[in-house]
Amino acid sequence: MAHQHEPEITVIPPDKEKIRHLWKVALILLVVTVFEFIIAFSIPHEYRTMRVAIFVVLTIVKAAYIVLEFMHLKHEVKVLFWSIMIPLVFVVWMLVAFVYEGIKMSDINFIRW
Amino acid sequence: MAHTSAAPATELGKSVWDGGVSPMNASYGKLMMWFFLLSDAFTFSGLLITYGLIRAAHPAYPGTPADFAFSSEYWPIPEKVFDAVPLLHGVELPLVFVGLMTFILIMSSVTMVLAVEAGHRMDRKAVEKWMLWTIVGGLTFLSCQAWEWTHFIVGTGTDTIVQKFNVLTGTMDAVAVQGANLKINQYGPQPFADFFFFITGFHGFHVFSGVLLNFLIYYNTVTGVYDRRGHYEMVEKVGLYWHFVDLVWVFVFTFFYLV
Repeated sequence: MAHQHEPEITVIPPDKEKIRHLWKVALILLVVTVFEFIIAFSIPHEYRTMRVAIFVVLTIVKAAYIVLEFMHLKHEVKVLFWSIMIPLVFVVWMLVAFVYEGIKMSDINFIRW
Repeated sequence: MAHTSAAPATELGKSVWDGGVSPMNASYGKLMMWFFLLSDAFTFSGLLITYGLIRAAHPAYPGTPADFAFSSEYWPIPEKVFDAVPLLHGVELPLVFVGLMTFILIMSSVTMVLAVEAGHRMDRKAVEKWMLWTIVGGLTFLSCQAWEWTHFIVGTGTDTIVQKFNVLTGTMDAVAVQGANLKINQYGPQPFADFFFFITGFHGFHVFSGVLLNFLIYYNTVTGVYDRRGHYEMVEKVGLYWHFVDLVWVFVFTFFYLV
């Protein structure tokens, strides 16, 4: 095997601003998680709808930060962005259809034991 | 690895119809990773939404959380199931351990994004450092999950009386159960345990393969493969996968443990 010549590499110095931004996103994710935690123990279980609504919103906020910033989707070209986002409409459809079905099954006491 | 939102320009010497334009402005490998992750998102949605259906179809616990006791009659309150922390036996610390696992996974996502950033700058030393942290984070998460599973399977140490259908006599028999498996469990209706195993198991398997991929990237970085190649795009592609694993956990955390 021929000896592989090591190439000359020029290391570009880090952009402080960019790295600070990444840590800021991480901090937001952690703060939102802590906030979810507080909600879980401060809002009583009787307010179920409100609890679930808050959790869903906070989860979407976290997911958005991960996908848009960490996975860099916000900074990709528009065609790529929408090629990923539009198909997710099927997930929303499935979610609504199936959970609605589940609630109806509960109404007619479908599951016996 | 240019990250511009500007419209991609025509490549020199190639007409538009000869592939001179790359409309997505991303390499083949990166695009395919994105579309693989999209299909994987559908798989996880399938699992989580089915969980939503089954859970909605079961009655919720009617009383106050303080009086809660395990029964197969109603869906358990998750924080009453997941309230144990290693080395603190008998202490009720609802959701603390899963909270810790969430923290670990988010932190390893951060170290991954820092590895990708270092890769853009061709900084091999920094990529090595951050990849190693990412691998450590992944392994820590997997260890936590192993403990969590063990605790779930072994049980709380107190029996729950479960009505179980006897195939031989055709009657419902009362059985004292501890822990859980795919056939019987002490926490609630059987689908609860089944979904726990399937959803966290499928996610854990993703974390496991992610750690393997991360190690591969780390190895290639150390041996100088990406320096010779002239770019660190593989770090970016595997990074996408790793962030996706974190993304799925965000949903599992909310819909399996919090709600």
